[in-house]
Amino acid sequence: MTKPLLVFNSKGIYCKQADVYIDAWRPVEKCIVTHGHSDHSRRGHKQYITHHNNIPIIKHRLGDITVSGKEWGETFTINGVTFSLHPAGHIVASSQVRVEYKGEVWVFTGDYKIENDGLSTPYEPIKCHTFITECTFGLPAFKWEPQDDVFNEINGWWARNKDEGRTSLLFGYSLGKAQRLLKHLDTSIGKIYTHGAVEQMTQVLREHYDLPPTELITANTKKEDILGNIVVAPPSAQGSSLMRKIGPNVTASASGWMTFRGARRRRALDRGFVLSDHADWDGLLQAVKETGCEKVIATHGYTEIFSRYLREEMALDARTESTQYEAEQNEAESKKEEGAS
Amino acid sequence: MKRFAELIKQLDSTNKTNEKVGALTEYFLNAPDPDKLWTIAILSHRRPKRPVNTTLLREWATELSHIPLWLFEESYHIVGDLAETIALIVPSSKGKTDKSLSEFIAEIIELRELPESAKKAYLHENWLSLNYYERFVFNKIITGGFRIGVSQKLMTRALSKATGIDEDILAYKLMGSWTPPTTTFQQLILEEHESDYLSKPYPFYLAYAVEDDFQEQLGDIQDWSFEHKWDGIRAQVIIRNDEVFVWSRGEELVTDKYPEFQKFLEVVPNGTVLDGEILPFPEGRIGDFNQLQTRIGRKNVSKSLLQKIPVILTAYDLLEWNGEDIRSCPFAERRKLLEQLISKVNSKENHLYLSGSMQFETWEAAASERERAREKRSEGLMIKRKDSPYLVGRKKGDWWKWKTNPFTIDAVLTYAMRGHGRRANLFTDYTFGLWHEGQLVTFAKAYSGLTDAELKEVDAWIKKNTLERFGPVRSVTPFHVFEIAFEGIAKSSRHKSGVATRFPRILRWRKDKPIEEANTLQDLKNLIPE
Repeated sequence: MTKPLLVFNSKGIYCKQADVYIDAWRPVEKCIVTHGHSDHSRRGHKQYITHHNNIPIIKHRLGDITVSGKEWGETFTINGVTFSLHPAGHIVASSQVRVEYKGEVWVFTGDYKIENDGLSTPYEPIKCHTFITECTFGLPAFKWEPQDDVFNEINGWWARNKDEGRTSLLFGYSLGKAQRLLKHLDTSIGKIYTHGAVEQMTQVLREHYDLPPTELITANTKKEDILGNIVVAPPSAQGSSLMRKIGPNVTASASGWMTFRGARRRRALDRGFVLSDHADWDGLLQAVKETGCEKVIATHGYTEIFSRYLREEMALDARTESTQYEAEQNEAESKKEEGAS
Repeated sequence: MKRFAELIKQLDSTNKTNEKVGALTEYFLNAPDPDKLWTIAILSHRRPKRPVNTTLLREWATELSHIPLWLFEESYHIVGDLAETIALIVPSSKGKTDKSLSEFIAEIIELRELPESAKKAYLHENWLSLNYYERFVFNKIITGGFRIGVSQKLMTRALSKATGIDEDILAYKLMGSWTPPTTTFQQLILEEHESDYLSKPYPFYLAYAVEDDFQEQLGDIQDWSFEHKWDGIRAQVIIRNDEVFVWSRGEELVTDKYPEFQKFLEVVPNGTVLDGEILPFPEGRIGDFNQLQTRIGRKNVSKSLLQKIPVILTAYDLLEWNGEDIRSCPFAERRKLLEQLISKVNSKENHLYLSGSMQFETWEAAASERERAREKRSEGLMIKRKDSPYLVGRKKGDWWKWKTNPFTIDAVLTYAMRGHGRRANLFTDYTFGLWHEGQLVTFAKAYSGLTDAELKEVDAWIKKNTLERFGPVRSVTPFHVFEIAFEGIAKSSRHKSGVATRFPRILRWRKDKPIEEANTLQDLKNLIPE
């Protein structure tokens, strides 16, 4: 048996032949980074390789780093191993990593979703022998509605709140979810205000992406000005002093976890919109099928359940590997945010 | 059904009490009467009998979803609610039913008598034709336990707004053993029927726990009357028209469980309602709550059990006298009448005792009586304002409970289970062990006492330190010590540890203690009173 092309060691996902890591969680020499969320792009690597649109994002978060940017599908070869990045559709500039050596192809998805969100480059299935996939929402209880339906609900909610004289307070990660929300909010209803973390990240992204105008809430912003408009803020801002300043408001979160009534009630939110940047159950299965792979490695999420299903129901060679990407912890939202802002 | 599902969705879409009341009021103003009646029934826990057991529900939902049963089970453990799991997992639909809530419930009631194949066909058809919320509500009606963050009180408030009838009167009307098939909205809510009131209890008045500086808050101690706080079942015993009715606080008619109280007919005149505590009374003295448990569970009480563990009523209030509602009289006056009544009773013979009232000159004197609570088999003291009327529900100000400090013991976290409802998908239900011959022996489960932040921290730790999984339960590395508080303790042959504790809950996370310093089972047994 040949040695596996990618292994999971104490530092990250490692390609020995090329001496390169992917999304390492400890500092390494050379690291390919799939996207800008803090559990995938960590501090301290000597050299970063990522999609060129992700460079401003990770520079914003990590400061002055040595990084080289790649195009979608652009190949680069290190010691006989050919690498390329392909759109993952998770957030802006998020990639899957294709790794090929002597005719054997592995793909690591990073985080991904199937549906085109209108902002991120949409997910592309890549043929491979071994598919390393996340499965944050790897349970049949997770089924996403089409994005248009969800945004109709969100905009309807905002308009109703406005009619009732209240401000809408919508929580979503400051990188990715926040901009997806901005992109599809109906600005004929009112103005979009932002929390600092969201505003900063949005400013970074404006370089490459077309986003509606936003206004940062500062100490000088007047309550009367915000009233009836919508505020987009990271989940960690719930209950913060800034948010208490807002006056009469209705709160909601946009997340895949809002599928569970319990998750919304636990966070004491008024409303939960099921809107995720990860693949749902059917999406995960579709992705696995479209790669034509023989082997699957499930990294984070409901890995054991998902891989058992693939083994028993789809006769695939599926197993799990533990990583330090956040998933089982569904309250990790706020933790993620601290790193991102 | 559309309207009802929409109501549930609205109630689910806000965390604000006023908006929930608003949505319910709207519903009570506009829904057809039969639906209103069923909504009241469901929200006051009067659901139709479960027509299908949950094993079959799971199997049938699994079949429809084209997934293996184990995957359904795993999902259920994580979602934490069967109705919700089924609603999420079966193929989605836009919903195209025109049937009303009461029509659905009529079908569900009939379903009980149908053969299994017909039940399955009915469920499959509806699961596929209802949208998510309708499906969720439909499943909730079938599985029962409609707990969705709307208390009966909140529902009563909305009903009062919609009908203009006083909340207390509505609370009274809603008590008792009515079900939608035996009444109508008109009859139950809108009409006045004196004969209906024969067995009707009054809504219970509930006490609040005292606050930190309550002595100052309560003012002159002379204004207050004290009693011991008995650890039994709160009950109202009604004597009207030569009949006895026993109501427990859960608004359950439990007359048949306590035949002892038929003896009241000999000594208590018609038109009397007593408020008090049912207590176990083996060997002529107050027993422990555990003994009462053996009585609560039985529908038909055997002669030997009646002899072994007889019960008494320790009465502390009089709500009706000579057929008159005297709840608005001052407590002191009601007490006087009660004392006169019971002074003529042979307590032992008739199973009716008086909960003695006490007066104290100083709070210190009251405090030292509270210290004696355990000797007297009570849980602490009740403090009641002498001039207070008997109110409805839990209202602050006139009745206070001043419990003894709980027992505490340091125990090791050994197992964890995912919670339900707002704790779904978080490991929040814990099992604790105490040392015995080098092993940790399970002694109690506890679900409450930690803050949300602590719960998250423990949850994350559990996920990383799981030893084994047994369905929803995980065994974890013994590492964390928690201080567990409980109200009562007794020997028990039903528990592995040989000890039963009452109301165990987490008092503190003892991060400072290594597991070796947790208590032993013997330490726990030493707390059992003689």
